[in-house]
Amino acid sequence: MPTYRPGPVSLIIAALVALFLLMPLLAVIPVSLTPSRMLAMPSGELSLRHYRALVEDPRWLQSILLSIRIGVVSSAFSTVLALCFSLGVWMFQPRFTAALVGFVLLPMVVPPVVSAITLYFLLTSMSGFSTFFGYDTWLGVAMAHSVMTVPFATVLMLVSLSQLDRRIDLAARGLGATVWERATRIIMPNIKFGIITAALLSFVLSWEEIGVTLFITSVNAITLPRLMWMGLRDNIDPAIAALSVILIIITVLVLAVRSFVARQRGA
Amino acid sequence: MRSYLSDRMGAALLMAPLLLFLVLAYAWPFLGVVKWSFTLPTPGLGQYEALLTDDLVQSVFIRTLRIAAVVTVVSVAAAYAITVVWVRGTPAQRLIAEFCILVPFWISVLTRAFGWVALLSNRGLINTWLQAIGFISEPLALVRNEFGVIVGMTHFLIPFAVFPLASAMRSLDDRVLLAARGLGSSRMRTFWTVFVPMTRSGIIGAAMIVFVFSLGFFVTPAILGGGRSVMIAELIYLRIFQSPDWGLGAAISVVLVLFVGALMALLFRYVRPKQLI
Repeated sequence: MPTYRPGPVSLIIAALVALFLLMPLLAVIPVSLTPSRMLAMPSGELSLRHYRALVEDPRWLQSILLSIRIGVVSSAFSTVLALCFSLGVWMFQPRFTAALVGFVLLPMVVPPVVSAITLYFLLTSMSGFSTFFGYDTWLGVAMAHSVMTVPFATVLMLVSLSQLDRRIDLAARGLGATVWERATRIIMPNIKFGIITAALLSFVLSWEEIGVTLFITSVNAITLPRLMWMGLRDNIDPAIAALSVILIIITVLVLAVRSFVARQRGA
Repeated sequence: MRSYLSDRMGAALLMAPLLLFLVLAYAWPFLGVVKWSFTLPTPGLGQYEALLTDDLVQSVFIRTLRIAAVVTVVSVAAAYAITVVWVRGTPAQRLIAEFCILVPFWISVLTRAFGWVALLSNRGLINTWLQAIGFISEPLALVRNEFGVIVGMTHFLIPFAVFPLASAMRSLDDRVLLAARGLGSSRMRTFWTVFVPMTRSGIIGAAMIVFVFSLGFFVTPAILGGGRSVMIAELIYLRIFQSPDWGLGAAISVVLVLFVGALMALLFRYVRPKQLI
């Protein structure tokens, strides 16, 4: 059966859009190899000094470790909260489900800058009570990141639960399984993939979060994006180009592996 | 009866932690921000009055709306072009289109903004090349102005516009298009009079998402605008951290939320949420 394919005009316009999408990602490669101390195109010789700076300057390593720590803690926290909430919604289908889910999704739809000022208010208020949780502390940042990532984790869980066959849960229930057994031995093994994806997405979102982080940190809790931001605003540091190249390569590799795995599963 | 009660208890117990967390860490501090807008520096509606009279605030609001409108039109059109290929192309074309959409989507907003700085700045790729071939003698001002902001935001938002468009195009029946072609309609005419109108819900959804996102955009305008093309989100940041005027920053936030809320309500009158994914 013939299908309706895009014609030559569509293909040309789409190719231009594709080029536009890839262009800035490719542009960082030559800049990262410049021997100059400032942002410039390399003229003639190439240098790896900016890659070396990433390893040698302890600030980069410190902020990478901090970002990983915050990412792991906030992702674990928001995955557990989102999992419990979604299990509650799916197993018991309580009244007002739509309103409750809508409330949980708020941090995802409210403009990020409004969430940022809200979390700034929260953490500066908490600074009065505790030195661990307040403004410019890593736990404070992890908590703020959890607020921002929990809606995404919830959406992923609800989507994977919606594909689950209710009859297996009804069967378990009919055979006398308790709520705990149904959740941990029947439902969770079947949405394993969704849980892992939610945890990964929460980690990635926290790893690259900058809009909120900018409002709630100043000198102590410098995450990797925060450090990049500082290098971008004042005097553009080509080490950021080197770092960007590395991040882009990792992203491409992960996507390639993912699409390969998806293809294997499909085949 | 016992099971009914324990069901209610179970649901409450499972759902409570997240709801409690968000009430304490999100809803309550948001009310605090609302309170700021009415009480700082002096109690009353002074900040909201300032919003209506302050020239700077007004010009930032207008600039934000103008940039958001341009970005919306350009990104939805560009996203439409690449989505057609992603959804309807040959397998090889689809794979390439998917790569070009998903790679930028997963890369952080900072890296992407930096990529544009590397391309557009005075000593960046484009200016270096144009000067090398003798096309221009002075570097073009491509960044630290509205042009740079629009380019960077369009780049960021195209992938977000792709998903609702793809969902609309996938649900479209091939036979209608083949029928139009079979009845002698040209490619162009089939596209404009059959294909585009049938994906209307996707276009509305994509436009709304892009517009709402651009209103609250912070990182890209701050980097590519270089402080000269300030949008609402950056103005809030400046009011909180540079010229401490928390009340005004809070009042702008409240207005922004109300505006976005009204737009979303409008959106859901036309499009069901499921069509957006």
